[in-house]
Amino acid sequence: MSEEYIVDVDNITIRFNLATEKVDNLKEYFIKLVKHELMFQEFLALRDVSLKVKRGEAWGLIGVNGSGKSTLLKAVCGILKPYKGTITTRGTIAPLIELGAGFDMNMTARENVFLNGTVLGHSRKFMQEHFDEIIDFAELQDFLDVPIKNFSSGMQARLGFAIATMVKPDILVVDEILSVGDYQFQQKCYDRMQNMMEGGTTLLYVSHDVDSVKRLCSHALWLEHGIVKKSGQVDEVTAEYMQEAQ
Amino acid sequence: MKAMRDRINTFLKYKDLLRELVVRDIKLKYRRSFLGYVWSILNPLLIMIVMTIVFSQMFERGISNFPVYLLTGNAMFEFVNSSTHMAMYSVLDNAALIKKIYVPKYIFTLARITSSMVDFIFSLGALFLVMIVTGAPFSIYMLEIPILAVQVYLFACGLGFLLSSANVFFRDIQYIYNAFTTAWMYLTPIFYPIDLLPDWLRWLVERFNPMFYYIQHFRDLVYIGQLPSARIFWGGWIIAGIMLAIGLAVFKKTQDKFILYF
Repeated sequence: MSEEYIVDVDNITIRFNLATEKVDNLKEYFIKLVKHELMFQEFLALRDVSLKVKRGEAWGLIGVNGSGKSTLLKAVCGILKPYKGTITTRGTIAPLIELGAGFDMNMTARENVFLNGTVLGHSRKFMQEHFDEIIDFAELQDFLDVPIKNFSSGMQARLGFAIATMVKPDILVVDEILSVGDYQFQQKCYDRMQNMMEGGTTLLYVSHDVDSVKRLCSHALWLEHGIVKKSGQVDEVTAEYMQEAQ
Repeated sequence: MKAMRDRINTFLKYKDLLRELVVRDIKLKYRRSFLGYVWSILNPLLIMIVMTIVFSQMFERGISNFPVYLLTGNAMFEFVNSSTHMAMYSVLDNAALIKKIYVPKYIFTLARITSSMVDFIFSLGALFLVMIVTGAPFSIYMLEIPILAVQVYLFACGLGFLLSSANVFFRDIQYIYNAFTTAWMYLTPIFYPIDLLPDWLRWLVERFNPMFYYIQHFRDLVYIGQLPSARIFWGGWIIAGIMLAIGLAVFKKTQDKFILYF
């Protein structure tokens, strides 16, 4: 384990229990126990995947649907524990896996800023200090005391992005979230991400839009069926990926 | 030692989340209701009035101040009942979030138990109101109530951890636990005097029903005005400790697999 990697994913394997074989009631459990069928049918979402990221690098993860990109991001964030292998990360992580995960639709924007901020591990005092900054970025000054179930999905995404990127994290993990929101806001988000990267933030980025990967990232990792197909400089990997796609 | 320190640091980092979740539960409970928080006191009062009318005729001979007797038992049982029922769903209800962001999962269970504790404290207001109206004496030993509250809080946490993780793997738990709490309620002397039970059943309830310990403790302090016996006091701690140890062990052992079963 080297000190120089900020994200060190070492030969991880992630195992899922296939949903069709899911045993979630006691009757089935006992029947399966008696019939010796309890060994679940396993599905390996990732197989021996390694990813070594140095501080300040920007990595794009590409691959078709179901190739394990999001699974890898979730493992880096600590949401999924690897079945085999180890993951070491240094520094703070800002997860942008789904904007506004953890919003409570019945509560107002103001209340949700505090709820979502604390979900991300910030203190209440910290949120108070940055409250105005968040609302300015999300451009929601007029809707502070409206329950967010009345917000459009774009407005929710704006608020979610503003909260999640309020601090300058060491590692920014982004999973295909910018597809909502209008063009102007997308630009604003790209600008903020680029600003962070200039300040030394490391980026892990998942997108189906290869152009945006090329624009933001310096390196790329191509996954196929949970196996690393190719990793390296962004131009080489994306070129080969596009070639195979056609 | 280091693992312990890490755990405490994580808890401190997320303690404001716990606070936000508890505040949310309380706020949303009474949002759009005309009387709002007053219901926290009014609701147990109404239940007490109904049950007093129904049961006081039946059990009057054995019990002197029936409203206070009933309210002490009911408040305590209602806390454990509602907090554990809410805790049982705490992990599943937050599945969407747990899949997206890393959060220590026990925070959700803890939040539900804590917001029920706040309700319990409100319902003490109803109890004191009834004590004033019925002219019941206030004893100095009531100052010990916070210690009892800690005991029963730890007990509910343990049971809540056990139920919330079991519910992820076996959804049957919900129905089983519903039936279980109904039986539990009738086997706890909430609205009847304990000597009404046949001897063998009384022997069992007095020893193996955790709620008997907590309710007896509560009644000793409030209804009778004395300190509880050593058996009731230390028994309450031991039961809470065992339940918490079981709950935490099960939760800790299974929590990494939750995400595979949502």
